[in-house]
Amino acid sequence: MSFREEHELHKRRFGRNLGLGLVLAGFVALVFGLTIAKVSNEDFRVPTQQGEGS
Amino acid sequence: MSDASLHQASTAQPGEGGFGDFFALLKPRVMVLVVFTALVGLLAAPVALHPVEALAAILFIAAGGGAAGALNMWWESDIDALMRRTRRRPIPAGRVTRDEAFAFGITLAAFSVVMLWLATNALAAAILAFTIFFYVVIYTVGLKRWTPQNIVIGGAAGAFPPMIGWAAATGSVSIESVLMFALIFMWTPPHFWALALFMRGDYDQAGVPMLTVTHGRKSTRRHILVYTVLLAVMAVGAAFTGIGGPVYLIVALVFNALFLRDAVAIWRRDEDMAEADDYRVEKRAFRLSLWYLFAHFTAILAEAALAGLGLGGLGFGGWA
Repeated sequence: MSFREEHELHKRRFGRNLGLGLVLAGFVALVFGLTIAKVSNEDFRVPTQQGEGS
Repeated sequence: MSDASLHQASTAQPGEGGFGDFFALLKPRVMVLVVFTALVGLLAAPVALHPVEALAAILFIAAGGGAAGALNMWWESDIDALMRRTRRRPIPAGRVTRDEAFAFGITLAAFSVVMLWLATNALAAAILAFTIFFYVVIYTVGLKRWTPQNIVIGGAAGAFPPMIGWAAATGSVSIESVLMFALIFMWTPPHFWALALFMRGDYDQAGVPMLTVTHGRKSTRRHILVYTVLLAVMAVGAAFTGIGGPVYLIVALVFNALFLRDAVAIWRRDEDMAEADDYRVEKRAFRLSLWYLFAHFTAILAEAALAGLGLGGLGFGGWA
């Protein structure tokens, strides 16, 4: 049991911080996904040296 | 600030806006239209993006559109406070300060443009940057309080998203993306003038030179008819271009016939008739105009899907 009732202002701040946290987490996940998508792209592949492996 | 002073404050203080208040600054209802039309532009393009790149592109276009909305609310907070429709927005309601809205909008605008560039290409990012500039500087700051043609020219800002989506996928601008732009551009004036007719008083009070205020309501009714006729010609004509086809043609014929019917009805009415039934026809035309745009862009998407399955044209050879 808490000592005093939480003020509406604290609830609002908590909501804003939680929302921002979720947005940032989503952004990190998106950038990670983008990175995977970009490096998986054919254009991104480093060309192998001619005659390598032959 | 002591706890006692915190407890004395019963209403939200400036600078203490919640997450929802900042989200409201992005104009989420307008964002739905931006996201949908940009998505259609992106999916209708002949080049397929990786799904993650497509998702990122749509999110950053939405963020850019939202940033423009926040900057619009920052500039217009004085007139928003005067209009019934807008007085509960975060700034006039005192939940977010003007400085906060400006900082939020300008940061999000720069962020969305840079991220769209990194996620897709420079052209898409450049069109997004121009769209934000056009909406905030040309429309909001320049035209809106100066000319009754504000809606006509400012409508271009809302017409860019499908072009950005197309550019994100293809890296180019083509006749198809210009046609999608033209469809929204021509649709915007009758859509907003129908709203202005039944939201009477709001714009007068705020001193915004809407056509209803400067040229009168009779003239506005005539303008709605003229623009709807031009829109119908363009919308149906687009069926015979690269974005069209039989599905699009059927949708265009049905919705343009309905929109024209309402435009003619609005033109034939006077204020006494409109007040007698509480602007029933004007409200119906406004609601229909929302479905109109949704239906046309869904049809464009359907045509692209059919073309992807090798069913494009369906016997209407030479259309694609």
